[in-house]
Amino acid sequence: MKVVILGCGRLGSHLARRFDREGHEVTVIDRTSESFARLGADFRGAMILGTGIDEDVMRRAGIERADAFVAVTAGDNTNAMAAQIAKLIFQVPRVIARFNDPVHEDTYHTLGLMETISPTIMGSNAIHGIVTGKFAAQEGKS
Amino acid sequence: MYIIIIGGGKVGYYLSKTLLNQEHELLIIERDKRKCEALTAELGGVVQRGDGTDSLVMEEAGMARAGLVVAVTGDDEDNLMICQMAKKKFGVQRAIARINNPKNEHIFRILGIDSTVSVTDLILAQIEREIPAHSLVHLLTLREAGATFIEAQVPADSPIIGKPLRELKIPDNCVIPLVIRKGKGIIPYGETQLLAGDEVIAVTTLDQEGVLEQIFAGLSAKK
Repeated sequence: MKVVILGCGRLGSHLARRFDREGHEVTVIDRTSESFARLGADFRGAMILGTGIDEDVMRRAGIERADAFVAVTAGDNTNAMAAQIAKLIFQVPRVIARFNDPVHEDTYHTLGLMETISPTIMGSNAIHGIVTGKFAAQEGKS
Repeated sequence: MYIIIIGGGKVGYYLSKTLLNQEHELLIIERDKRKCEALTAELGGVVQRGDGTDSLVMEEAGMARAGLVVAVTGDDEDNLMICQMAKKKFGVQRAIARINNPKNEHIFRILGIDSTVSVTDLILAQIEREIPAHSLVHLLTLREAGATFIEAQVPADSPIIGKPLRELKIPDNCVIPLVIRKGKGIIPYGETQLLAGDEVIAVTTLDQEGVLEQIFAGLSAKK
């Protein structure tokens, strides 16, 4: 499977290393080269420097033959725009966008980004579950 | 008309000021507290503080009854989200987005936002108007040899289009060794006809350059 990951932060780099270890073809896009240090020396995937809301950058990352696109930058609106480009312009089969701020949940749903992940909501649910004894970490996924 | 402007920077500020003078009902949404205070001090109670991409903020602003939404923040992705939400969730008929990267115009259109203003494109268009397209570009000048290599593009309305090169009254001390048509090089001869958009490479002595310029600007060829 070919996976393109936008955003090489803590989540993006962790995910990239995991897919790489599992033998998938991974390309990571980030706008600062220092971020790629998080991938470690043994990372075999490709690293593309640039902004993820640029068609040319996405083409360079091989988006046209990607099976999945994951947008996990720190900017919720950047993720939403990148996910729409991947889905509507490049027709990537699986597109997942992360949003940090729960206030953006409604926006993401209105735009029809089928698969969204909010670590904030998931974390909140998990902690709530542990405290109340009712574990429901899945609710952050929609 | 009720107009909502998102982004209280310089563009948002001057836009609001003008629209308020035209007696429109107006609201500015701005995230930054200090900008909000400055805008309120200047324009009065027409400022709402908040994230313009948060649907609750949009709802509070009464977006559903807005006749026009203008997204002029400094970030293209924010402006896109705002306009998409305005149209899809709140049914706003007209939404205008400011874009910084001219390439985004195409993306915005595919994503349903037809009305965009690109400052970069506006300046580029102005440059093209100010600098005539038929002026010659100097590729290389050999001062001591008294010769220069120049490149000229054949304008779409040029009278030299379709005429064989030998009829163009090209001066004696001047040769055209290459014509680039749609990116491909052609070695021309006397019968070669130029087409609109062709890039002509010429080698000329410095004193004949003006004559050549006139030919390609379509002046001497008119008679």
